[in-house]
Amino acid sequence: MNGLDILALSASALVGLGIYGLLAARHLLRRVLAFNLVGSGLFLWFGAAGARGGVGVDPIPQALIITGIVVALAASALGVALVVAHARLSGPTLPEEAPCDPEPDNRA
Amino acid sequence: MTPLIWLVIAPLLGALAVLVVPARRMPAVALGAAAATLGAALALAAQVAGLGPRTVLLGGWTPPLGIVLKADGLGTAFAVMAALVMSGVALAARHELAPDKAGARAAYGFWPLMLLVWAALNTVFVSRDLFNLYVGLELLSLAAVALVALAGSREALAAAMRYLLFALTGSLLYLAGVVLTYSAHGTLDMAMLLARVPATGDGVALGLMTAGLMAKTALFPFHVWLPPAHAAAPAPASAMLSALVPKASLVILLRVWFEAMPDAAGDAALLVMAGLGAVAVIWGGVQALVQRKIKLVIAYSTVAQLGYFIIAFPLTGGDSAVKPWSAGAWTGMVFLALSHGLAKSAMFLVAGIWYSACGAQELRDLKGLARALPMSAFAFALAAVTLAGLPPSGGFTGKYLMMQAAFVAGLWPFALVMVAGGLLAAAYLYRPLAALFAKDEAISCAPVSRVRQAVPLALAAAAIILGVLSAEPFSFIKIGKPDAAVEGL
Repeated sequence: MNGLDILALSASALVGLGIYGLLAARHLLRRVLAFNLVGSGLFLWFGAAGARGGVGVDPIPQALIITGIVVALAASALGVALVVAHARLSGPTLPEEAPCDPEPDNRA
Repeated sequence: MTPLIWLVIAPLLGALAVLVVPARRMPAVALGAAAATLGAALALAAQVAGLGPRTVLLGGWTPPLGIVLKADGLGTAFAVMAALVMSGVALAARHELAPDKAGARAAYGFWPLMLLVWAALNTVFVSRDLFNLYVGLELLSLAAVALVALAGSREALAAAMRYLLFALTGSLLYLAGVVLTYSAHGTLDMAMLLARVPATGDGVALGLMTAGLMAKTALFPFHVWLPPAHAAAPAPASAMLSALVPKASLVILLRVWFEAMPDAAGDAALLVMAGLGAVAVIWGGVQALVQRKIKLVIAYSTVAQLGYFIIAFPLTGGDSAVKPWSAGAWTGMVFLALSHGLAKSAMFLVAGIWYSACGAQELRDLKGLARALPMSAFAFALAAVTLAGLPPSGGFTGKYLMMQAAFVAGLWPFALVMVAGGLLAAAYLYRPLAALFAKDEAISCAPVSRVRQAVPLALAAAAIILGVLSAEPFSFIKIGKPDAAVEGL
Protein backbone atom coordinates (compact mmCIF):
# COMPACT_ATOMS: atom_id res chain seq x y z
CA MET A 1 0.00 0.00 0.00
CA ASN A 2 1.60 3.27 -1.02
CA GLY A 3 1.28 6.66 0.62
CA LEU A 4 -1.49 7.92 -1.61
CA ASP A 5 -3.74 5.01 -0.79
CA ILE A 6 -3.39 5.75 2.91
CA LEU A 7 -4.30 9.40 2.28
CA ALA A 8 -7.29 8.45 0.17
CA LEU A 9 -8.51 5.92 2.74
CA SER A 10 -8.14 8.36 5.64
CA ALA A 11 -9.97 11.01 3.63
CA SER A 12 -12.82 8.58 2.90
CA ALA A 13 -12.98 7.58 6.57
CA LEU A 14 -13.17 11.24 7.65
CA VAL A 15 -15.89 12.05 5.12
CA GLY A 16 -17.86 8.95 6.08
CA LEU A 17 -17.64 9.65 9.82
CA GLY A 18 -18.62 13.26 9.22
CA ILE A 19 -21.65 12.36 7.11
CA TYR A 20 -22.73 9.88 9.79
CA GLY A 21 -22.41 12.66 12.36
CA LEU A 22 -24.41 15.12 10.26
CA LEU A 23 -27.23 12.61 9.88
CA ALA A 24 -27.25 10.87 13.26
CA ALA A 25 -26.17 13.48 15.81
CA ARG A 26 -28.92 15.57 17.35
CA HIS A 27 -26.72 17.74 19.52
CA LEU A 28 -26.00 20.82 17.44
CA LEU A 29 -22.37 21.11 18.52
CA ARG A 30 -21.75 17.55 17.31
CA ARG A 31 -23.22 18.50 13.96
CA VAL A 32 -20.89 21.48 13.62
CA LEU A 33 -17.98 19.13 14.46
CA ALA A 34 -19.26 16.63 11.89
CA PHE A 35 -19.23 19.37 9.25
CA ASN A 36 -15.58 20.00 10.10
CA LEU A 37 -14.79 16.27 9.75
CA VAL A 38 -16.27 16.13 6.25
CA GLY A 39 -14.43 19.32 5.33
CA SER A 40 -11.10 17.98 6.62
CA GLY A 41 -11.63 14.77 4.67
CA LEU A 42 -12.28 16.68 1.46
CA PHE A 43 -9.21 18.86 1.96
CA LEU A 44 -7.03 15.81 2.60
CA TRP A 45 -8.41 14.18 -0.53
CA PHE A 46 -7.80 17.36 -2.55
CA GLY A 47 -4.23 17.61 -1.29
CA ALA A 48 -3.59 13.96 -2.15
CA ALA A 49 -5.01 14.54 -5.64
CA GLY A 50 -2.53 17.39 -6.09
CA ALA A 51 0.40 15.08 -5.34
CA ARG A 52 -0.74 12.43 -7.79
CA GLY A 53 1.18 13.50 -10.89
CA GLY A 54 4.45 12.01 -9.63
CA VAL A 55 6.72 14.83 -10.77
CA GLY A 56 6.62 17.41 -7.99
CA VAL A 57 3.46 18.65 -6.27
CA ASP A 58 0.73 20.76 -7.88
CA PRO A 59 0.55 23.95 -5.75
CA ILE A 60 -2.96 25.02 -6.78
CA PRO A 61 -4.81 22.51 -4.53
CA GLN A 62 -2.71 23.71 -1.60
CA ALA A 63 -3.70 27.32 -2.23
CA LEU A 64 -7.34 26.30 -2.58
CA ILE A 65 -7.20 24.16 0.58
CA ILE A 66 -5.91 27.10 2.62
CA THR A 67 -8.75 29.25 1.31
CA GLY A 68 -11.18 26.43 2.05
CA ILE A 69 -9.90 26.08 5.61
CA VAL A 70 -10.42 29.80 6.20
CA VAL A 71 -13.97 29.52 4.87
CA ALA A 72 -14.65 26.44 7.01
CA LEU A 73 -13.25 28.21 10.08
CA ALA A 74 -15.56 31.18 9.51
CA ALA A 75 -18.52 28.85 9.03
CA SER A 76 -17.65 26.91 12.20
CA ALA A 77 -17.28 30.11 14.21
CA LEU A 78 -20.71 31.28 13.08
CA GLY A 79 -22.10 27.80 13.73
CA VAL A 80 -20.76 27.64 17.28
CA ALA A 81 -21.98 31.16 18.03
CA LEU A 82 -25.45 30.16 16.83
CA VAL A 83 -25.34 26.93 18.85
CA VAL A 84 -24.47 28.87 22.00
CA ALA A 85 -27.20 31.45 21.42
CA HIS A 86 -29.71 28.73 20.59
CA ALA A 87 -28.74 26.59 23.59
CA ARG A 88 -29.18 29.54 25.97
CA LEU A 89 -32.76 30.10 24.83
CA SER A 90 -34.05 26.64 24.00
CA GLY A 91 -31.45 23.92 24.50
CA PRO A 92 -28.83 22.20 22.34
CA THR A 93 -31.16 20.38 19.90
CA LEU A 94 -33.49 21.70 17.22
CA PRO A 95 -37.12 22.01 18.41
CA GLU A 96 -38.63 19.57 15.86
CA GLU A 97 -36.21 16.83 16.91
CA ALA A 98 -36.86 14.90 20.09
CA PRO A 99 -34.52 15.87 22.92
CA CYS A 100 -31.79 13.34 23.67
CA ASP A 101 -33.73 12.21 26.76
CA PRO A 102 -36.80 10.19 25.66
CA GLU A 103 -38.69 10.61 28.95
CA PRO A 104 -41.78 12.83 28.84
CA ASP A 105 -41.28 16.36 30.04
CA ASN A 106 -43.11 16.83 33.37
CA ARG A 107 -41.95 20.32 34.16
CA ALA A 108 -45.01 22.09 32.73
CA MET B 1 -11.12 50.97 -13.00
CA THR B 2 -13.95 49.34 -14.83
CA PRO B 3 -17.54 49.09 -13.57
CA LEU B 4 -17.09 45.32 -13.42
CA ILE B 5 -14.49 45.70 -10.66
CA TRP B 6 -16.52 48.33 -8.80
CA LEU B 7 -19.57 46.07 -8.88
CA VAL B 8 -17.74 43.69 -6.53
CA ILE B 9 -15.57 46.14 -4.60
CA ALA B 10 -18.04 48.93 -3.79
CA PRO B 11 -20.35 46.84 -1.54
CA LEU B 12 -17.35 45.14 0.05
CA LEU B 13 -15.73 48.48 0.91
CA GLY B 14 -19.11 49.72 2.09
CA ALA B 15 -19.48 46.72 4.44
CA LEU B 16 -16.13 47.57 6.02
CA ALA B 17 -16.84 51.30 6.11
CA VAL B 18 -20.15 51.00 7.98
CA LEU B 19 -18.34 49.18 10.78
CA VAL B 20 -15.94 52.04 11.53
CA VAL B 21 -18.37 54.97 11.45
CA PRO B 22 -20.57 55.93 14.45
CA ALA B 23 -23.83 53.96 14.63
CA ARG B 24 -26.05 56.89 13.68
CA ARG B 25 -24.08 57.41 10.47
CA MET B 26 -24.35 53.76 9.35
CA PRO B 27 -27.49 54.11 7.21
CA ALA B 28 -26.06 57.12 5.37
CA VAL B 29 -22.76 55.35 4.59
CA ALA B 30 -24.61 52.19 3.54
CA LEU B 31 -26.86 54.20 1.24
CA GLY B 32 -23.77 55.78 -0.29
CA ALA B 33 -22.27 52.36 -0.96
CA ALA B 34 -25.62 51.24 -2.38
CA ALA B 35 -25.69 54.20 -4.74
CA ALA B 36 -22.13 53.46 -5.90
CA THR B 37 -22.96 49.78 -6.53
CA LEU B 38 -26.19 50.64 -8.33
CA GLY B 39 -24.21 53.06 -10.51
CA ALA B 40 -21.60 50.39 -11.24
CA ALA B 41 -24.32 47.87 -12.19
CA LEU B 42 -26.01 50.33 -14.55
CA ALA B 43 -22.70 51.40 -16.11
CA LEU B 44 -21.75 47.76 -16.60
CA ALA B 45 -25.14 47.07 -18.21
CA ALA B 46 -24.56 49.97 -20.63
CA GLN B 47 -21.11 48.60 -21.50
CA VAL B 48 -22.37 45.04 -22.00
CA ALA B 49 -25.27 46.26 -24.13
CA GLY B 50 -22.94 48.35 -26.30
CA LEU B 51 -19.76 46.30 -26.48
CA GLY B 52 -20.74 42.73 -25.59
CA PRO B 53 -19.47 40.67 -22.63
CA ARG B 54 -16.78 42.35 -20.50
CA THR B 55 -13.86 40.42 -19.06
CA VAL B 56 -11.31 41.17 -16.34
CA LEU B 57 -8.27 39.01 -15.63
CA LEU B 58 -7.56 39.47 -11.93
CA GLY B 59 -3.97 40.63 -11.49
CA GLY B 60 -3.40 40.13 -15.21
CA TRP B 61 -3.03 36.36 -14.78
CA THR B 62 -4.70 34.16 -17.36
CA PRO B 63 -6.51 30.92 -16.42
CA PRO B 64 -5.77 28.26 -15.24
CA LEU B 65 -3.43 30.18 -12.91
CA GLY B 66 -5.53 33.33 -12.56
CA ILE B 67 -9.22 33.96 -12.01
CA VAL B 68 -11.31 35.54 -14.70
CA LEU B 69 -14.35 37.73 -14.05
CA LYS B 70 -16.74 37.92 -16.97
CA ALA B 71 -19.97 39.90 -17.22
CA ASP B 72 -22.37 38.53 -19.84
CA GLY B 73 -26.03 39.36 -20.38
CA LEU B 74 -27.21 36.83 -17.80
CA GLY B 75 -24.87 37.91 -14.98
CA THR B 76 -25.34 41.61 -15.69
CA ALA B 77 -29.13 41.32 -15.82
CA PHE B 78 -29.09 39.63 -12.40
CA ALA B 79 -26.66 42.25 -11.06
CA VAL B 80 -28.97 45.07 -12.18
CA MET B 81 -32.00 43.30 -10.67
CA ALA B 82 -30.07 42.78 -7.42
CA ALA B 83 -29.03 46.45 -7.42
CA LEU B 84 -32.65 47.59 -7.78
CA VAL B 85 -33.87 45.26 -5.04
CA MET B 86 -30.98 46.12 -2.71
CA SER B 87 -31.52 49.85 -3.15
CA GLY B 88 -35.18 49.36 -2.28
CA VAL B 89 -34.23 47.22 0.71
CA ALA B 90 -31.78 49.85 1.94
CA LEU B 91 -34.41 52.61 1.69
CA ALA B 92 -36.96 50.47 3.54
CA ALA B 93 -34.45 49.39 6.19
CA ARG B 94 -33.74 53.02 7.11
CA HIS B 95 -37.17 53.02 8.74
CA GLU B 96 -37.70 49.38 9.65
CA LEU B 97 -34.31 48.88 11.24
CA ALA B 98 -33.94 52.17 13.04
CA PRO B 99 -32.43 51.48 16.49
CA ASP B 100 -35.56 52.64 18.33
CA LYS B 101 -37.73 50.17 16.39
CA ALA B 102 -35.65 47.07 15.77
CA GLY B 103 -33.28 47.30 18.73
CA ALA B 104 -29.63 48.32 18.72
CA ARG B 105 -28.32 44.84 17.88
CA ALA B 106 -30.38 44.34 14.72
CA ALA B 107 -29.85 47.96 13.66
CA TYR B 108 -26.08 47.55 13.98
CA GLY B 109 -25.83 44.12 12.36
CA PHE B 110 -28.08 44.70 9.39
CA TRP B 111 -26.01 47.16 7.36
CA PRO B 112 -22.68 45.32 7.08
CA LEU B 113 -24.51 42.01 6.50
CA MET B 114 -26.67 43.52 3.77
CA LEU B 115 -23.62 44.88 1.94
CA LEU B 116 -21.77 41.56 2.36
CA VAL B 117 -24.73 39.72 0.83
CA TRP B 118 -24.64 42.15 -2.07
CA ALA B 119 -20.87 41.78 -2.60
CA ALA B 120 -21.21 37.99 -2.56
CA LEU B 121 -24.12 38.09 -5.01
CA ASN B 122 -22.19 40.25 -7.48
CA THR B 123 -19.12 38.03 -7.14
CA VAL B 124 -21.19 34.99 -8.01
CA PHE B 125 -22.87 36.72 -10.94
CA VAL B 126 -19.56 37.54 -12.66
CA SER B 127 -17.31 34.60 -11.63
CA ARG B 128 -16.36 31.77 -13.98
CA ASP B 129 -14.06 29.82 -11.67
CA LEU B 130 -15.67 26.95 -9.75
CA PHE B 131 -13.64 27.63 -6.59
CA ASN B 132 -14.19 31.38 -6.72
CA LEU B 133 -17.89 30.61 -6.99
CA TYR B 134 -17.57 28.40 -3.90
CA VAL B 135 -16.03 31.22 -1.89
CA GLY B 136 -18.69 33.65 -3.10
CA LEU B 137 -21.43 31.19 -2.22
CA GLU B 138 -20.02 30.63 1.27
CA LEU B 139 -19.76 34.36 1.95
CA LEU B 140 -23.37 34.65 0.80
CA SER B 141 -24.60 31.79 3.00
CA LEU B 142 -22.80 32.99 6.12
CA ALA B 143 -24.12 36.55 5.75
CA ALA B 144 -27.62 35.24 4.98
CA VAL B 145 -27.66 32.94 8.03
CA ALA B 146 -26.59 35.84 10.23
CA LEU B 147 -29.41 37.96 8.77
CA VAL B 148 -31.94 35.27 9.70
CA ALA B 149 -30.60 35.21 13.26
CA LEU B 150 -30.73 39.01 13.50
CA ALA B 151 -34.06 39.09 15.32
CA GLY B 152 -32.52 36.99 18.12
CA SER B 153 -35.78 35.29 19.05
CA ARG B 154 -36.09 31.58 19.78
CA GLU B 155 -37.72 30.87 16.39
CA ALA B 156 -35.22 33.01 14.52
CA LEU B 157 -32.25 31.21 16.05
CA ALA B 158 -33.74 27.77 15.35
CA ALA B 159 -34.48 28.80 11.75
CA ALA B 160 -30.96 30.18 11.33
CA MET B 161 -29.45 26.99 12.76
CA ARG B 162 -31.45 24.81 10.41
CA TYR B 163 -30.52 27.05 7.48
CA LEU B 164 -26.84 26.86 8.45
CA LEU B 165 -26.92 23.04 8.57
CA PHE B 166 -28.46 22.86 5.10
CA ALA B 167 -26.09 25.49 3.74
CA LEU B 168 -23.01 23.75 5.15
CA THR B 169 -24.08 20.36 3.81
CA GLY B 170 -24.75 21.97 0.45
CA SER B 171 -21.37 23.62 0.32
CA LEU B 172 -19.60 20.36 1.23
CA LEU B 173 -21.39 18.54 -1.60
CA TYR B 174 -20.49 21.32 -4.02
CA LEU B 175 -16.89 21.34 -2.80
CA ALA B 176 -16.64 17.59 -3.30
CA GLY B 177 -17.76 18.06 -6.90
CA VAL B 178 -15.19 20.82 -7.39
CA VAL B 179 -12.41 18.62 -5.99
CA LEU B 180 -13.40 15.77 -8.33
CA THR B 181 -13.43 18.14 -11.28
CA TYR B 182 -10.00 19.52 -10.46
CA SER B 183 -8.42 16.12 -9.95
CA ALA B 184 -9.80 14.93 -13.29
CA HIS B 185 -9.07 18.00 -15.42
CA GLY B 186 -6.56 20.17 -13.58
CA THR B 187 -8.59 23.34 -14.09
CA LEU B 188 -11.60 25.04 -12.55
CA ASP B 189 -12.16 27.67 -15.24
CA MET B 190 -15.48 27.14 -17.00
CA ALA B 191 -14.26 28.02 -20.48
CA MET B 192 -11.42 25.51 -20.13
CA LEU B 193 -13.77 22.89 -18.70
CA LEU B 194 -16.05 23.29 -21.71
CA ALA B 195 -13.10 22.38 -23.95
CA ARG B 196 -11.94 19.49 -21.74
CA VAL B 197 -11.65 15.83 -22.71
CA PRO B 198 -14.60 14.22 -20.89
CA ALA B 199 -13.56 11.92 -18.06
CA THR B 200 -15.50 9.11 -16.38
CA GLY B 201 -15.98 11.00 -13.11
CA ASP B 202 -17.68 14.00 -14.73
CA GLY B 203 -21.20 12.75 -14.11
CA VAL B 204 -20.48 12.21 -10.40
CA ALA B 205 -18.86 15.64 -10.09
CA LEU B 206 -21.80 17.31 -11.82
CA GLY B 207 -24.23 15.37 -9.63
CA LEU B 208 -22.46 16.37 -6.40
CA MET B 209 -22.32 20.04 -7.41
CA THR B 210 -25.98 19.96 -8.44
CA ALA B 211 -27.11 18.37 -5.17
CA GLY B 212 -25.16 20.96 -3.18
CA LEU B 213 -26.53 23.85 -5.20
CA MET B 214 -30.07 22.51 -4.94
CA ALA B 215 -29.76 22.42 -1.14
CA LYS B 216 -28.58 26.04 -1.18
CA THR B 217 -31.30 27.14 -3.60
CA ALA B 218 -33.99 25.40 -1.50
CA LEU B 219 -35.19 23.41 -4.48
CA PHE B 220 -37.57 20.60 -3.53
CA PRO B 221 -36.86 18.32 -1.53
CA PHE B 222 -34.24 20.53 0.17
CA HIS B 223 -36.71 23.35 0.78
CA VAL B 224 -37.69 22.72 4.40
CA TRP B 225 -35.34 25.32 5.82
CA LEU B 226 -36.59 28.17 3.65
CA PRO B 227 -40.07 29.17 4.92
CA PRO B 228 -39.18 29.46 8.65
CA ALA B 229 -35.89 31.21 7.84
CA HIS B 230 -37.45 33.77 5.51
CA ALA B 231 -40.39 34.37 7.81
CA ALA B 232 -38.19 34.84 10.91
CA ALA B 233 -35.94 37.58 9.51
CA PRO B 234 -36.82 41.29 9.66
CA ALA B 235 -38.87 42.20 6.55
CA PRO B 236 -36.12 44.00 4.57
CA ALA B 237 -33.82 41.04 5.23
CA SER B 238 -36.54 38.60 4.14
CA ALA B 239 -36.91 40.59 0.94
CA MET B 240 -33.32 39.98 -0.09
CA LEU B 241 -33.19 36.45 1.30
CA SER B 242 -36.19 35.42 -0.77
CA ALA B 243 -35.66 37.55 -3.86
CA LEU B 244 -31.87 37.36 -4.31
CA VAL B 245 -30.06 34.73 -2.26
CA PRO B 246 -31.53 31.64 -4.02
CA LYS B 247 -30.75 33.29 -7.37
CA ALA B 248 -27.01 33.12 -6.72
CA SER B 249 -26.94 29.33 -6.44
CA LEU B 250 -29.40 29.16 -9.34
CA VAL B 251 -26.99 31.14 -11.53
CA ILE B 252 -24.16 28.76 -10.57
CA LEU B 253 -26.40 25.80 -11.39
CA LEU B 254 -27.13 27.35 -14.79
CA ARG B 255 -23.48 28.03 -15.48
CA VAL B 256 -22.27 24.59 -14.40
CA TRP B 257 -24.83 22.82 -16.58
CA PHE B 258 -24.83 25.10 -19.61
CA GLU B 259 -21.36 26.63 -19.68
CA ALA B 260 -19.00 24.13 -18.03
CA MET B 261 -20.31 20.60 -18.65
CA PRO B 262 -23.27 20.59 -21.06
CA ASP B 263 -22.01 17.28 -22.48
CA ALA B 264 -22.26 15.49 -19.12
CA ALA B 265 -26.03 16.06 -18.90
CA GLY B 266 -28.15 12.97 -19.45
CA ASP B 267 -31.84 12.91 -20.37
CA ALA B 268 -32.81 10.87 -17.33
CA ALA B 269 -31.01 13.19 -14.90
CA LEU B 270 -32.65 16.23 -16.49
CA LEU B 271 -36.09 14.67 -16.24
CA VAL B 272 -35.56 13.76 -12.58
CA MET B 273 -34.51 17.34 -11.83
CA ALA B 274 -37.46 18.79 -13.72
CA GLY B 275 -39.74 16.30 -11.95
CA LEU B 276 -38.52 17.63 -8.59
CA GLY B 277 -39.19 21.12 -9.90
CA ALA B 278 -42.74 20.13 -10.84
CA VAL B 279 -43.36 18.70 -7.35
CA ALA B 280 -41.96 21.92 -5.86
CA VAL B 281 -44.38 24.05 -7.90
CA ILE B 282 -47.40 22.06 -6.70
CA TRP B 283 -46.21 21.41 -3.12
CA GLY B 284 -45.15 25.02 -2.53
CA GLY B 285 -48.44 26.26 -3.95
CA VAL B 286 -50.53 23.97 -1.76
CA GLN B 287 -48.52 24.87 1.34
CA ALA B 288 -48.88 28.58 0.57
CA LEU B 289 -52.62 28.04 0.29
CA VAL B 290 -52.97 26.73 3.85
CA GLN B 291 -50.70 29.17 5.70
CA ARG B 292 -52.21 31.71 8.06
CA LYS B 293 -49.31 34.14 8.37
CA ILE B 294 -48.73 36.48 5.47
CA LYS B 295 -44.94 36.09 5.53
CA LEU B 296 -45.24 32.29 5.35
CA VAL B 297 -47.58 32.57 2.35
CA ILE B 298 -44.92 34.66 0.58
CA ALA B 299 -42.11 32.30 1.63
CA TYR B 300 -43.89 29.15 0.41
CA SER B 301 -44.59 30.98 -2.80
CA THR B 302 -40.81 31.23 -3.22
CA VAL B 303 -40.54 27.42 -2.85
CA ALA B 304 -43.09 27.07 -5.67
CA GLN B 305 -41.46 29.67 -7.91
CA LEU B 306 -38.01 28.09 -7.53
CA GLY B 307 -39.53 24.92 -8.99
CA TYR B 308 -40.20 26.65 -12.33
CA PHE B 309 -36.53 27.43 -12.82
CA ILE B 310 -35.47 23.82 -12.62
CA ILE B 311 -38.31 22.68 -14.90
CA ALA B 312 -36.68 24.67 -17.69
CA PHE B 313 -33.54 22.49 -17.79
CA PRO B 314 -34.83 19.69 -20.06
CA LEU B 315 -36.94 22.11 -22.12
CA THR B 316 -34.01 23.95 -23.70
CA GLY B 317 -32.77 23.22 -27.17
CA GLY B 318 -34.51 21.56 -30.06
CA ASP B 319 -33.81 22.50 -33.63
CA SER B 320 -34.08 26.25 -33.39
CA ALA B 321 -34.40 26.86 -37.13
CA VAL B 322 -37.39 24.54 -37.44
CA LYS B 323 -38.92 25.45 -34.08
CA PRO B 324 -37.79 28.95 -33.26
CA TRP B 325 -39.51 29.01 -29.86
CA SER B 326 -37.72 25.96 -28.56
CA ALA B 327 -34.66 28.05 -27.78
CA GLY B 328 -36.82 30.13 -25.46
CA ALA B 329 -36.84 28.00 -22.31
CA TRP B 330 -33.46 29.26 -21.07
CA THR B 331 -34.38 32.89 -21.74
CA GLY B 332 -37.84 32.33 -20.29
CA MET B 333 -36.38 30.97 -17.08
CA VAL B 334 -34.06 33.95 -16.71
CA PHE B 335 -37.02 36.27 -17.32
CA LEU B 336 -39.02 34.46 -14.68
CA ALA B 337 -36.15 34.64 -12.17
CA LEU B 338 -35.67 38.37 -12.74
CA SER B 339 -39.35 39.24 -12.38
CA HIS B 340 -39.71 36.93 -9.38
CA GLY B 341 -36.89 38.78 -7.64
CA LEU B 342 -38.53 42.16 -8.18
CA ALA B 343 -42.04 41.03 -7.24
CA LYS B 344 -41.01 38.95 -4.23
CA SER B 345 -38.96 41.74 -2.68
CA ALA B 346 -41.92 44.11 -3.14
CA MET B 347 -44.19 41.64 -1.32
CA PHE B 348 -41.88 41.21 1.66
CA LEU B 349 -41.33 44.97 1.97
CA VAL B 350 -45.09 45.52 1.92
CA ALA B 351 -45.55 42.81 4.57
CA GLY B 352 -42.94 44.64 6.66
CA ILE B 353 -44.86 47.91 6.38
CA TRP B 354 -48.12 46.19 7.41
CA TYR B 355 -46.48 44.58 10.39
CA SER B 356 -44.67 47.64 11.69
CA ALA B 357 -47.45 50.14 11.02
CA CYS B 358 -50.60 48.09 11.67
CA GLY B 359 -49.32 45.10 13.65
CA ALA B 360 -50.75 42.80 10.95
CA GLN B 361 -49.09 39.38 10.86
CA GLU B 362 -51.90 36.99 9.98
CA LEU B 363 -54.10 37.07 6.90
CA ARG B 364 -57.20 37.89 8.94
CA ASP B 365 -55.46 40.99 10.35
CA LEU B 366 -55.33 42.42 6.83
CA LYS B 367 -59.10 43.03 6.57
CA GLY B 368 -59.83 46.48 5.22
CA LEU B 369 -56.17 47.42 5.19
CA ALA B 370 -56.38 48.66 1.59
CA ARG B 371 -58.38 51.63 2.84
CA ALA B 372 -55.75 52.58 5.40
CA LEU B 373 -52.68 52.05 3.18
CA PRO B 374 -53.90 51.99 -0.44
CA MET B 375 -50.50 52.43 -2.04
CA SER B 376 -48.98 49.38 -0.36
CA ALA B 377 -52.07 47.27 -1.12
CA PHE B 378 -51.74 48.25 -4.77
CA ALA B 379 -48.06 47.29 -4.74
CA PHE B 380 -48.99 43.87 -3.33
CA ALA B 381 -51.62 43.40 -6.04
CA LEU B 382 -49.13 44.31 -8.79
CA ALA B 383 -46.59 41.86 -7.41
CA ALA B 384 -49.32 39.21 -7.27
CA VAL B 385 -50.01 39.74 -10.98
CA THR B 386 -46.37 38.91 -11.72
CA LEU B 387 -46.21 35.87 -9.46
CA ALA B 388 -49.42 34.40 -10.89
CA GLY B 389 -47.95 34.94 -14.37
CA LEU B 390 -50.72 37.16 -15.74
CA PRO B 391 -50.03 39.38 -18.75
CA PRO B 392 -48.46 41.91 -19.18
CA SER B 393 -45.97 41.09 -16.40
CA GLY B 394 -42.45 39.72 -16.73
CA GLY B 395 -43.69 36.55 -15.05
CA PHE B 396 -46.09 36.03 -17.95
CA THR B 397 -43.36 36.46 -20.57
CA GLY B 398 -41.12 33.94 -18.83
CA LYS B 399 -43.85 31.34 -18.36
CA TYR B 400 -45.08 31.83 -21.92
CA LEU B 401 -41.61 31.14 -23.34
CA MET B 402 -41.19 28.08 -21.12
CA MET B 403 -44.61 26.64 -21.99
CA GLN B 404 -43.96 27.09 -25.69
CA ALA B 405 -40.70 25.22 -25.24
CA ALA B 406 -42.45 22.47 -23.28
CA PHE B 407 -44.89 21.82 -26.14
CA VAL B 408 -42.15 21.95 -28.76
CA ALA B 409 -39.96 19.56 -26.77
CA GLY B 410 -42.92 17.16 -26.45
CA LEU B 411 -42.83 17.49 -22.65
CA TRP B 412 -46.38 18.82 -22.36
CA PRO B 413 -46.94 17.48 -18.79
CA PHE B 414 -44.60 20.24 -17.63
CA ALA B 415 -46.78 22.81 -19.37
CA LEU B 416 -49.74 21.45 -17.41
CA VAL B 417 -47.74 21.76 -14.19
CA MET B 418 -46.97 25.39 -15.06
CA VAL B 419 -50.67 26.10 -15.65
CA ALA B 420 -51.57 24.40 -12.38
CA GLY B 421 -48.85 26.39 -10.60
CA GLY B 422 -50.25 29.62 -12.01
CA LEU B 423 -53.75 28.71 -10.81
CA LEU B 424 -52.44 27.80 -7.37
CA ALA B 425 -50.57 31.13 -7.22
CA ALA B 426 -53.77 32.96 -8.12
CA ALA B 427 -55.57 31.04 -5.36
CA TYR B 428 -53.04 31.61 -2.58
CA LEU B 429 -52.62 35.27 -3.50
CA TYR B 430 -56.40 35.75 -3.67
CA ARG B 431 -56.65 35.12 0.08
CA PRO B 432 -54.53 38.13 1.19
CA LEU B 433 -55.99 40.27 -1.61
CA ALA B 434 -59.56 39.43 -0.62
CA ALA B 435 -58.79 40.37 2.97
CA LEU B 436 -57.03 43.59 1.93
CA PHE B 437 -59.92 44.84 -0.18
CA ALA B 438 -62.70 43.58 2.12
CA LYS B 439 -65.34 46.16 3.01
CA ASP B 440 -64.57 46.00 6.70
CA GLU B 441 -63.92 48.79 9.10
CA ALA B 442 -60.64 50.38 8.12
CA ILE B 443 -58.15 49.27 10.74
CA SER B 444 -55.99 51.85 12.41
CA CYS B 445 -52.42 52.10 11.22
CA ALA B 446 -49.57 54.34 12.21
CA PRO B 447 -48.87 56.87 9.43
CA VAL B 448 -46.45 55.58 6.80
CA SER B 449 -44.51 58.04 4.67
CA ARG B 450 -45.15 58.07 0.93
CA VAL B 451 -41.52 57.33 0.09
CA ARG B 452 -41.62 54.18 2.18
CA GLN B 453 -44.78 53.00 0.43
CA ALA B 454 -43.41 53.99 -2.97
CA VAL B 455 -40.36 51.68 -2.72
CA PRO B 456 -42.26 48.37 -2.99
CA LEU B 457 -44.59 49.94 -5.53
CA ALA B 458 -41.61 50.83 -7.72
CA LEU B 459 -40.19 47.29 -7.44
CA ALA B 460 -43.55 45.69 -8.27
CA ALA B 461 -43.98 48.10 -11.18
CA ALA B 462 -40.51 47.19 -12.46
CA ALA B 463 -41.60 43.54 -12.66
CA ILE B 464 -44.57 44.61 -14.82
CA ILE B 465 -42.41 46.88 -16.97
CA LEU B 466 -40.09 43.94 -17.58
CA GLY B 467 -43.01 42.27 -19.33
CA VAL B 468 -44.29 45.36 -21.16
CA LEU B 469 -40.91 46.29 -22.58
CA SER B 470 -39.75 42.69 -22.91
CA ALA B 471 -37.94 43.12 -26.26
CA GLU B 472 -35.01 45.08 -24.78
CA PRO B 473 -34.25 42.79 -21.81
CA PHE B 474 -34.92 39.80 -24.08
CA SER B 475 -32.06 40.71 -26.39
CA PHE B 476 -29.89 41.85 -23.45
CA ILE B 477 -30.09 38.47 -21.69
CA LYS B 478 -28.97 36.79 -24.91
CA ILE B 479 -25.62 38.64 -24.93
CA GLY B 480 -22.98 35.99 -24.44
CA LYS B 481 -25.61 33.26 -24.09
CA PRO B 482 -23.98 29.81 -23.92
CA ASP B 483 -24.36 27.60 -27.00
CA ALA B 484 -25.95 24.87 -24.91
CA ALA B 485 -28.84 27.19 -24.09
CA VAL B 486 -29.67 27.34 -27.80
CA GLU B 487 -28.82 23.77 -28.75
CA GLY B 488 -30.17 22.16 -25.60
CA LEU B 489 -28.54 19.93 -23.03
